[in-house]
Formats: sequence, structure tokens, C-alpha cells
Amino acid sequence: MLTIQNLHAGIEGKKILNGINLEIKAGEVHAIMGPNGSGKSTLASVLAGRKDYEVLEGSVEFLGKDLLELSPEHRAALGLFLAFQYPIEIPGLNTINFIKTAVNEIRKSRGESPLDAVTFLKRMKEKMALVNIEQTLLSRSLNEGFSGGEKKRNEVFQMAMLEPRLAILDETDSGLDIDAIRIVSNGVNKLRNKDNAVLVVTHYQRLLDYIVPDYVHVLYNGRIVKSGTKELAFELEERGYDFIKNENTVETV
Amino acid sequence: MKTELILPKSPEVENELTTIEKTVFSDYKYGFVTEIEADEAPKGLNEDVIRFISARKKEPQWMLDWRLKAYRQWLTMKSPDWANIHYPAINYQDIIYYSAPKQKINPKNLDEIDPELIRTFERLGISLEEQKRLTGVAVDAVIDSVSIGTSFKGQLAELGIIFCSMSEAIQEHPELIREHLGSVVPISDNYFSALNAAVFSDGSFCYIPKGVRCPMELSTYFRINAINTGQFERTLIVAEAGSYVSYLEGCTAPMRDENQLHAAVVELVALENAEIKYSTVQNWYPGDKQGRGGVYNFVTKRGICKGNHSKISWTQVETGSAITWKYPSVILKGDYSTGEFYSVAVTNNYQQADTGTKMMHLGKNTRSRIVSKGISAGFSNNSYRGLVHVSKNASHARNFSQCDSLLLGDKCGAHTFPYIEVRNNTAVVEHEATTSKIGEDQIFYCNQRGIDTETAVALIINGFAKEVMNQLPMEFAVEAQKLLAISLEGSVG
Repeated sequence: MLTIQNLHAGIEGKKILNGINLEIKAGEVHAIMGPNGSGKSTLASVLAGRKDYEVLEGSVEFLGKDLLELSPEHRAALGLFLAFQYPIEIPGLNTINFIKTAVNEIRKSRGESPLDAVTFLKRMKEKMALVNIEQTLLSRSLNEGFSGGEKKRNEVFQMAMLEPRLAILDETDSGLDIDAIRIVSNGVNKLRNKDNAVLVVTHYQRLLDYIVPDYVHVLYNGRIVKSGTKELAFELEERGYDFIKNENTVETV
Repeated sequence: MKTELILPKSPEVENELTTIEKTVFSDYKYGFVTEIEADEAPKGLNEDVIRFISARKKEPQWMLDWRLKAYRQWLTMKSPDWANIHYPAINYQDIIYYSAPKQKINPKNLDEIDPELIRTFERLGISLEEQKRLTGVAVDAVIDSVSIGTSFKGQLAELGIIFCSMSEAIQEHPELIREHLGSVVPISDNYFSALNAAVFSDGSFCYIPKGVRCPMELSTYFRINAINTGQFERTLIVAEAGSYVSYLEGCTAPMRDENQLHAAVVELVALENAEIKYSTVQNWYPGDKQGRGGVYNFVTKRGICKGNHSKISWTQVETGSAITWKYPSVILKGDYSTGEFYSVAVTNNYQQADTGTKMMHLGKNTRSRIVSKGISAGFSNNSYRGLVHVSKNASHARNFSQCDSLLLGDKCGAHTFPYIEVRNNTAVVEHEATTSKIGEDQIFYCNQRGIDTETAVALIINGFAKEVMNQLPMEFAVEAQKLLAISLEGSVG
């Protein structure tokens, strides 16, 4: 589904990713872990197509398309979803309206007709139950005055509504207490199926107790320095990132 | 008015500009010219031209005298220079003050109106045909200087409501006109109101009798068509005790390289327990992307809450004009009367807007509310100017003002000039102001959800302007939303 080859990227002249290689297949959950500043969020941003980031080298193929050639909205239409680390507030813009616009814009770019109000409402109710979100929250302005947990739940709700093929969760656990992490993770787990994939970007192992990955990759200095199964996450939790740093310092010497 | 989104793109220019700085490439879609023979006054302004206008309209002597008095007054006045707008001096001798489409005089029904004119209004999305009563909006249409036809007249007459052109009102209801014309905006009020009083060629008159709730929205559409023509319309609405009326005003003009002058006067009179709701969607031609052409819009709008417990509410969506100079105001004379002003002003390219309101609290327990949303893009300048005045006798007056500015790009300006004069210490006056920018973050967030940048900007600005949009009648709100999006097309992204 997603093939990243030798990806180098940076921002404002500063190089952050130094040759990422990663292959994600349908039905899989991958976790990218790493210390602060290792390039985790940069990878998520580059995949979603944030303008400030510059791709210097390498290729990314998503569902047979050259992802890097596409605008952010085309990537979304193709089925790429980014759950933001810091979801953006848009005052005065009703959350439901926003999601309805998103759903129909994506349908439009796929040549489908917009959902009628009844169908949309039906789907909304269904997904609300799935991710445990209240209508009162959705009737408010987009993310405005939402608590950290409400923002993240809203991200997962949008993911449920848009039904992406690949969902990237960027530090979805940051700023959340354990109950909120459980609610958000349950939502993500219910959305998993054999046709979609999830890329979890996180600093801590605790999120992976709830969203259990098939593969764990450790990012350090803009490169994947170690890959393994979920046991690798436990090892990191136990030993800290220092052992990775030490190992890699030795390697580069 | 029907609107559709067109997305004109000019790639070579676009590449030069960075994301948020991109200036607008929206094309003015009302810019067609209608080929209609016109009956025009000679260019320039003098007493003979005023006599010409008055004679063409077969006006009584008192009306001509009123005009001449205004003209002589105007000659002694100076163009105001305190607003935050800049434009070359207007040559008042280079303007045609009267231009009427040549047609049979005084059409008795719509069949007598030049079909070309009807087509003009159809292109604007305004149907004068009474069959299309589904919309429930009675329309008075003014092209260049004269009123073309008023729909639903019969139905309104049954309720005793008068809704007709100003010319007709002067003929048919002289007593009402003599009583109220100039009673809210006197001849000498300001330079442009004096000019308007001298040369106004038509406009709408509306009278709601005691206790009558007008069952439909009344609406006027103004359009400047002929070249070198000024438009000076005059609107007067009188709501008798206990009555209610909602009035809509829309405006468009063709694209012209030269500037066209529009100097209108609107007067509202609300008696005891009466309510007038006046909504405007102003979309005069704003000029091209380099700032050439466009309408100079100098408008005086004022209402008086004459009776106790009366209410006047102004709502405006201003997207057009090269220059907007406009302060719809309310004189709160009656005790417990209420004045409201809701405004969205959009400026783009080289447009300049200096707009706001005056709330004059004279009566006791009077209330006013001001919500102003300014959106600036391109190289434009957008100023809010508002006065809240509480006089000595206006005990327990209350005002709440909120002025928010949204900037698109960093070459435009937003300015706020609030003036507060309080002469009574029981008054409560609150003022809040914010300035924000559309962020790249907001755009990217929308993009990531599959929403393209144009649509994202429309969503964000409509969110910003929501409080004002909610005040508009339903059918107008939809149009206004699309208009906002069109006015700012291409300004981000």
C-alpha cells in the first residue's frame, strides 16, 4: 500500500529525514517510535504534504501513485488521513459542516455524488457510537475550546467518517490521560480492517498497549535504525532511547 | 441573484506569489453591459440639470424647490476628508446625473417594459414576473436612474402597504413624502447627502400602516448601466406604530475602466413598537486587480427609532465598490428602543472601505448592539469607524460593540476607530476587538481532509462572519455566502 524509499526531507534548509525506507501493507499496523527531534512528526507531515517541508531525495508510492506529486487534498482523496498532533481550531465553522464538506469534497474528487442529508446523518450516528463522541461536541465550532481529549476524539471521528486506507496518528496520545487514551484507541481499533492500515507515530510505548502494532520501527537522526515486532517497544520502554543512541553512535564512528 | 463559482487561474502570475499573499483572481461576474437606449441629461451639474431632472419626472414645484435648496447648500460644502480612504478628486462636472432607459413612460404592467431590461434583471437573477411568487420577495428594480417595475404591488396594497418607486410616491403620496423626506438625513447633513438631495433620480418608498406585519421581504435591486453615470437613489421607509417590515437591497454594476459614483441616501422611520430590518448585499463593481475602475460608494443610511420600544436593525454584506464610505446609523430617540448593526465588509486587491455605524442614544433604557467583521485581502484597506453616543438624558443606555478583523496576507490593512461619548453615568458601554489571520495551519488542516484551498478559505471566512450572516433572511444568506467566497477567490493558496 505504502512504499517509502530512501526518503530525504527537511524544513527551512535543515535536513531532518536522512533516507527512510518503509513498506506498509493493507491490514497492518506499524508504529514509529523515537526520541524527540528524531524526525517522527516530519515524516508524518511529509507524507500528508505539508508545504513547509521539502523533499530532497527518494520516493513514496501510495496505492500505485507517486504520492509526492499530489496536493494534500488529492492525497486525502486517495485515502491518506493524518490525525494531527495539535488539531487546528477554526472559529465559527460548525464541526459537522466541516466534516460534511470534507466527505463530499472527497466523494466529488472520486466522481461520486454528494451524500444526501439523511444518509450523511445516518452514517454520522453510526460512527459517533463507534468512537464514543457526543453530538453536542460536533455542534460546536471546529476544535474551538475543545479539551485535549475532545480534540483527539474528534480526529478519530473524522477518520471514521472519511474511511481512509492509511491513517497516520501523529502523537495521538500526547497530552491525554490514560482514560482518554483508552477511548481514542478503542475508536481506532474498531476502524481497523484487512483493507486499511495504520501508522502510529509515538514517543511512548503506552499507546501501543491499546493499539497493538504488527511492526515497530525506531527512528533516530532521521533514519530507521531498528525494526522489530511489538516486543521492541517494550525493550525501548525498559531501556530508554539511550541504548539506541549509544548503539548508533558506535555504528557511525 | 444566482451565483456560481468560477475559478479563473493565471498560472504565470500565481507562481510569483507565495501561498497566503496571492491576490485575488476572482472575476466580477455581473460586469455585463445592457444595450439599451437611454434618455440622458447633459453631462455636468448646474441648476438647469436639476430642473431637467425634476421636469423629466414631472415633479411638483415643492420638490424642485427642495432640490435647488439642496444644490445651493451643496455648493457651500466640502467633500469630507476624515475617512481612511484615498482617491483622486471627483470631477462633478464630468458625470451624467440622469440616465433613463428609453421606454414607454410609467409602465402599468410588466408587459410594457423593454424586454432587454427584463433580460438584464434575469441575468442578475432577479425575476420581476409575478408568477414567480414562490420566492415571496417583492422587488423594486432601479436601473441607472429610474425604477423599472415593482412586483407584488397589488397584493401589498390590500394590506395598505405602499411599495413603489420614489418618483411615483412623490406623485401619488406627496403628503407622506413631504412629511418624512429629509427628516432623518437632512439636506445639510453631509456633502454627499446634499448632492443626493439635489439630483436623486429615483429609489424606493415603502410605507407600512399601523399594526401591519409585512408578509414578505421587500427588495430593491440597483444597477448602474450607462457609461459616465452616477447613481443617486433615495430610499425612504416609514413603519407606523406596531408594524414590521424586512427590506433587502442588492446592487451590481458593469465593469468599467473609469470610476462610477454612487451616492445614495436611505432614511428609516420607526414609530412606537415598530420594527424595521434592513439588509444590504452590496456588490458594486470593485475595480480590476490593479485597482482601475470600480464604483465610489458614498452612502448615507440612517434610521430613527422615533417611538418607544421601536427597533431598527441594519445588516450589511459589503463586498463590492472601489471605495466604500458608509455608516448606517440609528438615532435611538424613543425610550426602550433598540438599534443594531451587523456588518461584514470584504476588501480585496486595491479596494478601500471605511464603514461602521453611529448609535445615538437619546431615550432612556435604549439598547444598541454592533457586530462588525472586516475581512481584508490583497493590498486593500478595511476600516471600522463607529460612534456610540449616550446623551445626558439617556439613562440606563446599554451598548455592546464587537469589531473583529481577519487578514489574508500581509499587504492589506485592518483599522478600527471606535469613538465613545458618554454623558450619562448610568450607561454601560462595552467594546471588544480582535484581529486574526487565516493561518497556513487552518488551510492545511482543511486540505488534509480533502478540501481544496478555495473551499477552505470560504469555510473559514464564513465561520468568521457567521454571526452577521445569521441575521440575513434565508435566501439572501445563501447568496451572501457565495459572494464572500467569490470575492476572495484565489486570495489564499
